[in-house]
Amino acid sequence: MQPPYAITLDVGSSRANKTGAWRVERPVYVDRLPPCNDACPAGENIQRWLYHAEAGDYEAAWRQLVDDNPLPAIMGRICYHPCESACNRAELDEAVGINAVERFLGDHAIARGWRFDPPPAETGRRVLVVGSGPSGLSAAYHLRRRGHAVTLVDQAEELGGMMRYGIPAYRLPRDVLDDEIERILALGVEVVTGRRIDDLAAEKEAGAYDAVYLAVGAQIGRRTEIPAGDSARILDALSLLHQVAAGDPPLLGRRVAVYGGGNTAMDAARTLRRLGATDAVVVYRRTPKEMPAHADELADALHEGVQARWLTTVKSFEGGRLVLEKVRLEGRDVVPTGEFEELPADALVLALGQDSDLSLVEKAAGVAVEHGAVSVDDAMETGAMGIFAGGDVVPGERTATVAVGHAKHAARAIDAFLRGETLAPPPRHPLATFDRLNTWYYTDADRQRRPELETARRRSTFDEVVGPLREDNALFEARRCLSCGNCFECDNCYGVCPDNAVDKLDLAASAAAGRHYAFDYDYCKGCGICVAECPCGAIDLVPEVI
Amino acid sequence: MTPTPIRFYQVGSFAVGNRLLEEELRTVQSDPRRANSLDRGHRACQGCGEALGARYALDAAVRATGGDLVAINATGCLEVFSTPFPESSWRVPWLHSLFGNTPAVASGVAAALRVKGRSNVRVVAQAGDGGTVDIGFGALSGMFERNDDVLFICYDNEAYMNTGVQRSGATPPAARTATTEAVGPEPGNPFGQGKDLPRIALAHGIGYVATATVADLHDLEAKVIKAMARHGARYLHVLVPCPLGWGSQSRDTIRLARLAAESGLFPVFEAEDGIVTSVRKIRHKVPVEDYLVLQRRFAHLFKPERRDEVIAHLQALADENITRYGLVAPEEVEV
Ligand SMILES: Cc1ncc(C[n+]2csc(CCOP(=O)(O)OP(=O)(O)O)c2C)c(N)n1
Ligand code: SF4
Ligand SMILES: [Mg+2]
Repeated sequence: MQPPYAITLDVGSSRANKTGAWRVERPVYVDRLPPCNDACPAGENIQRWLYHAEAGDYEAAWRQLVDDNPLPAIMGRICYHPCESACNRAELDEAVGINAVERFLGDHAIARGWRFDPPPAETGRRVLVVGSGPSGLSAAYHLRRRGHAVTLVDQAEELGGMMRYGIPAYRLPRDVLDDEIERILALGVEVVTGRRIDDLAAEKEAGAYDAVYLAVGAQIGRRTEIPAGDSARILDALSLLHQVAAGDPPLLGRRVAVYGGGNTAMDAARTLRRLGATDAVVVYRRTPKEMPAHADELADALHEGVQARWLTTVKSFEGGRLVLEKVRLEGRDVVPTGEFEELPADALVLALGQDSDLSLVEKAAGVAVEHGAVSVDDAMETGAMGIFAGGDVVPGERTATVAVGHAKHAARAIDAFLRGETLAPPPRHPLATFDRLNTWYYTDADRQRRPELETARRRSTFDEVVGPLREDNALFEARRCLSCGNCFECDNCYGVCPDNAVDKLDLAASAAAGRHYAFDYDYCKGCGICVAECPCGAIDLVPEVI
Repeated sequence: MTPTPIRFYQVGSFAVGNRLLEEELRTVQSDPRRANSLDRGHRACQGCGEALGARYALDAAVRATGGDLVAINATGCLEVFSTPFPESSWRVPWLHSLFGNTPAVASGVAAALRVKGRSNVRVVAQAGDGGTVDIGFGALSGMFERNDDVLFICYDNEAYMNTGVQRSGATPPAARTATTEAVGPEPGNPFGQGKDLPRIALAHGIGYVATATVADLHDLEAKVIKAMARHGARYLHVLVPCPLGWGSQSRDTIRLARLAAESGLFPVFEAEDGIVTSVRKIRHKVPVEDYLVLQRRFAHLFKPERRDEVIAHLQALADENITRYGLVAPEEVEV
């Protein structure tokens, strides 16, 4: 082409100038481990299921969630949500209501009748799962999804373990429990209820099982020696809760003391209020600060009129009078003061901890029991090959969520064992810490709260105390998530590059690769603005190696 | 329970884009088909705010005009780093003449287009702060006075950067430049000098005057688009941090622009037909010190000893802006 007047050269593009050569540091997209995921005992990918929920794609969110935990409607009610304690948003205003959104998804799935995908193929391997609490049920689920045949045995008449016989209905309505159990069973689980196994090794042998998952929980209430008259009514909290759950509540009178400071003590005291006790008094030898019970549980109990005696022990119980001794704390040590007082009481409920009935492994060669718990290795396997254990029977924190996490982990290990492989632990990403976030970009948004049953109705009924989020505020709450350490496609990197060296990829095409942007290193000068302005800390700046 | 408004998008109103946002609520910059008026391969420093601001503004202008646009550019970094002949980063029709005559050239181009019956083609003039408030000032004032159909954009990096960081009429007090050294009893640029061009433009009575920064893209684009919907002389003044001249980290460019606005030192507002019609409220007020400490041009305020009285003087200027423009919502004003 003939250049126009006074122009001697064609105009060229600056793309001839590869400014990437100036770079000494390069930005790279990373995935960091969000603190919620890190804290979740069940190993849920919370950030990821919230990501789907944010877009209103509740089914994708639910499916992502149940990849790790098959009991979202249950966990959305009874989990003590360590995820929320770890949530980065707490440093901004308040933690994301993860538990409330989980429950919303769980309830939504039940209402819509969403089912689990059937296993791709049957492996022909058979696994015995003993105990149908959160751990046993979750193990059955994960094993079935991998195509192994599962026989689920429980000594009780109905499945659910502590979720049915321990946790009061005002925290977990039984229809929710039934629905989530049914959905697992629909994967094709052989269920045997009302059957107690006395010798696990013999059972494995006789049933020709390829592997066993032991998850019988901790069902025996711990007792302590309390001098008591013949007429004194003493029972343990687990029996109380079990009888109430079975529809046969004991008659304990109007003034009942509960001895202990754990969540079970709170459950017992709150249950007693509902059974008509005017005085439900928790007696605990330390202070609220040392209490193992969750702070919310204590607050709810007090709100419902439960009373508490701190720094107090029970000495004796005779003739409708409880003799209490004041104590003081020296460090963790409880020191008697010799100061006594009396409390009129019709009954005493002991909530002093729980033990596992492990008589079924007494004859199992290789299964070691220490301090009342079954010893397991990193893969949840006992010393006996093919016998795995989890939930409350193994050492560690005893919560339903931990039990679910054990089951997932064990199921993975059992699957590897059945295939003759060894389990390689998945790589752990470094933590997405708060200081990596650029919180400027997040909109201010108040935490959405679940409605609660008015106090009057909590005294007379076992109606559920905590209500659900509606769809609109569940969506809002999900969108409060900061997506720590994981790209959520805000386009900032694409927008803020002064060199226009970030490409925005076609969403559909790039979804599979999980990346929506790419750096053009031919032109990126490594200024780091994208790193600084990424809201969620999903870009690292790393030195160039020359 | 009060119903919760559902229109909440996590980062919707602050980030560049957002998958949850309807397309039309996203910025021009989030569009994979944006014009990229200033293409990759330009020679601006790492983290150059001016390169960023120019692409932000011109891409929005291209969207607003459907691409019927010609850009007139003053001498300065933006011209030098974008167009070392024969290579150019511009993907819009673009014209460069001199350092001081950009408003006059733009007026001429607008007049020529009108004469040729092509008034659908719109004119945008752009210059640095030196080209605007100093050497181009006379021509600019004439362009305003005649109400020529030009949007004039000043990319204010607060000094003559292209020639080695000399002071301009837009350099802030106390700042060190090559011509205002940090020596003597009153180091840096003296207080009480300089020009406030947005207010001077307002005084000309032109139809549209606005300020913006590279830290608030939604705001900047909305102003360009609004300006392009009008005719006559219009003025947009954009704060564009310069890592080289300010002695800041290249990654802090947007952060500095944000702090300039959040501290009140750089008021972000919009005026139509001579009246200030909207101000961008401060979201999280910060002391000017948060802004100053990140820049070597203010290092002498902190080392070898703190110059509290100078910092307080700069704070007073910020507070004056806050009062003049009402940058803080009434309930947040400290008493
Ligand atoms: C008449 C004239 N005087 C001086 C110069 C040298 N010169 C070129 S650019 C420039 C400064 C530009 O400063 P500014 O307008 O603020 O733009 P920046 O480079 O800072 O973006 C100067 C002094 C010139 N080109 N023409
Ligand atoms: S000197 Fe400043 S304005 Fe010029 S290219 Fe460098 S960063 Fe940009
Ligand atoms: Mg300048």
